[in-house]
Amino acid sequence: MLEKAIILAASAVGAGLAMIAGIGPGIGQGYAAGKAAEAVGRQPEAKGDITSTMLFGCAVAESTGIYGLVVALILLFANPLIKLL
Amino acid sequence: MNIEVNGPKIYYEIPILGGIKITESIVNMWFVMAVTVAVCIWLTRNLSVKNPSKKQIVAEKLYLMLYNLVKDVMGEKYIKFVPYIGSLFTMSILGSLSSLFGLRAYTADFSVTLGWALMTFIMIQANKIKHKGVWGYIKSFAEPVAFLTPLNLVSEIANPISMAFRHFGNIASGVVITSLIYGALASLSKTVLGFIPNDFISQIPIFQVGLPAILSIYFDLFTSFLQAYIISMLTMVYVSGAE
Repeated sequence: MLEKAIILAASAVGAGLAMIAGIGPGIGQGYAAGKAAEAVGRQPEAKGDITSTMLFGCAVAESTGIYGLVVALILLFANPLIKLL
Repeated sequence: MNIEVNGPKIYYEIPILGGIKITESIVNMWFVMAVTVAVCIWLTRNLSVKNPSKKQIVAEKLYLMLYNLVKDVMGEKYIKFVPYIGSLFTMSILGSLSSLFGLRAYTADFSVTLGWALMTFIMIQANKIKHKGVWGYIKSFAEPVAFLTPLNLVSEIANPISMAFRHFGNIASGVVITSLIYGALASLSKTVLGFIPNDFISQIPIFQVGLPAILSIYFDLFTSFLQAYIISMLTMVYVSGAE
């Protein structure tokens, strides 16, 4: 029982730590959005192109954050460590 | 209060090859496919050049949008990819949006998105072999210098994995957050109304009505559309860039 409790607690902490990965994409997407706002200010007629390029770049930059999220989801809902006991 | 976040349910298991599972995602996908095919048949019935009906104008508009997108991104050379990109986009967006009708979004199942990403991966490799020849394809992994071969292999394999995880993660996080919000709002309305001794009144879900709809605009509508756009865009860019 104690071993299980330790593993569950450590998994919860690990899931929380995995979500620190959200910092990177947050900064990156904010920077991209800021640059896009600058570009729209400089050239308002290219708004459509700028927005779609920015969304595309944001979605690609997001993947590291998504990896962290997947690790956290696995630790919370499909924990592989509990079977090792 | 209990919050449950589950994977897709298994409805039936075909007892061959170690058990092929018919899951909720597959059944929902059949349903969406049937609806799509029916709508397509309905849209393309009674086409005419002289006096086009309203639905024909809508169908032509949709097709032209797709055609122009593929032509802009991939170029005139890859125009035969229009049906594939169109099906990918339609399946992705309808799958994510089917959660609005109470179905479980099948794009929140990793096997579905991995299947799409693997199809893209095979197309990329086939296109590379077509343009470089078999020997040129093998040699392209040892560029620019031979000891970078492992890195080239890893970056090639990381492509479909990151594509699949991106689509799955965005939709699945929406599912998880939505169920967390429902749990939180249920306990909130229980705390507010719980002191009333009448059983009927204390069960009224005052906070669950309406509030989650605002969040679902972001988590369902915006994310679904964005991810469908991203996965078809990435497919187009990778396939046409593999020369």
